[in-house]
Amino acid sequence: MIDSLQSILAENGLITAFAVVGITMYLSYFLSDKLTKGRLHGSAIAILLGLLLAYIGGVVTGGESGLADIQIFSGIGLMGGAMLRDLAIVATAFGASIEEIKKAGFSGIVALFAGIVVSFLIGVVIALLFGYTDPVEITTIGGGAATYIVGPVVGTALGASSEVIALSIAAGLVKSILVMIATPFFAKLIGLDNPRSAMVFGGLMGTTSGVAGGLAATDPKLVPYGAMTATFYTGLGCLIVPSFLYFLVRTFAG
Amino acid sequence: MVIFGVALLAFCMLLGVYFGDLLGIVMGVDANIGGVGISMVFLVLIVDYLKRNKKITQKSEDGMAFWGAMYIPIVIAMSAQQNVVGAISGGPMAITAGVLAVAASFALVPVITKIGQQKDEEYVTKKIFK
Repeated sequence: MIDSLQSILAENGLITAFAVVGITMYLSYFLSDKLTKGRLHGSAIAILLGLLLAYIGGVVTGGESGLADIQIFSGIGLMGGAMLRDLAIVATAFGASIEEIKKAGFSGIVALFAGIVVSFLIGVVIALLFGYTDPVEITTIGGGAATYIVGPVVGTALGASSEVIALSIAAGLVKSILVMIATPFFAKLIGLDNPRSAMVFGGLMGTTSGVAGGLAATDPKLVPYGAMTATFYTGLGCLIVPSFLYFLVRTFAG
Repeated sequence: MVIFGVALLAFCMLLGVYFGDLLGIVMGVDANIGGVGISMVFLVLIVDYLKRNKKITQKSEDGMAFWGAMYIPIVIAMSAQQNVVGAISGGPMAITAGVLAVAASFALVPVITKIGQQKDEEYVTKKIFK
């Protein structure tokens, strides 16, 4: 009987995912209402629960895709994968205002460059402090501090060891997950309550998943503005880190 | 019909992601540059045009609104498949680099938001004084 239930859940993976996420959200909004009197947003709790489930999934299976590695929850991988995530992000633009985007466009571009350079430099400094001296390794770790995609792309292009590439991915993952968790708590402090600061926020953070989760937990109305700039970050990072920023590192560290 | 809205959404995304890919090739990078952002710009412009010319029905809008409303559940599914174990087991260097990068980026949000605003105000004053 349990076997047949398991196979039904696994065969209808995406449907199972809808049900699991629905239950998680119901529980989260209930907790938000009863325990925090709505102060901590329901979606913030849901994202935390999601990350906790991902941790459990990772420990149980030893895989890299969190809960989605457990067979009956494999549909979570499709539902939360890049394809549907990007479609839903694009759909949020349906409610966005052209005027706001035009007004904040310049700040968004400044934020993109500042975000990549600052995260990169922090990665570089930390790599130096931990005793790395090879410019290729330093640059790869700096790229990882930008996003977990920039790190491996740069590392592969420059020929870094797989151990360093793994570290750069880990740094990017820490960043992405921390942005999801911390954004709702710091939103007020950093003035994240209008389309302009949301575009700046997206450009500075750059991690699409972090920004997507962080803004969803703060105020869903801000999502399109933050996501719009954030999606340029990884590509721009892959452009300037292995070229301009790598030469900079080589000049000073080589 | 609902599918018209969903199809428009799909069309914008495919076109935007394709442009993002082309941009990557032109720049010589093995990555998609802003594909999703470009898709969003397409969608905003097309929907604005259709709305002004009253060529979009409520049903078509509902098709897009549905996927917009599915955003948060999808993000929760996304969080449930993150490599959290990988992040934690990256060791002290990866964690320090990640945490400090986030802290510095957070601190810059109000700073850069202000820079943009001043530019705008200057622009407005220039316009007024012309």
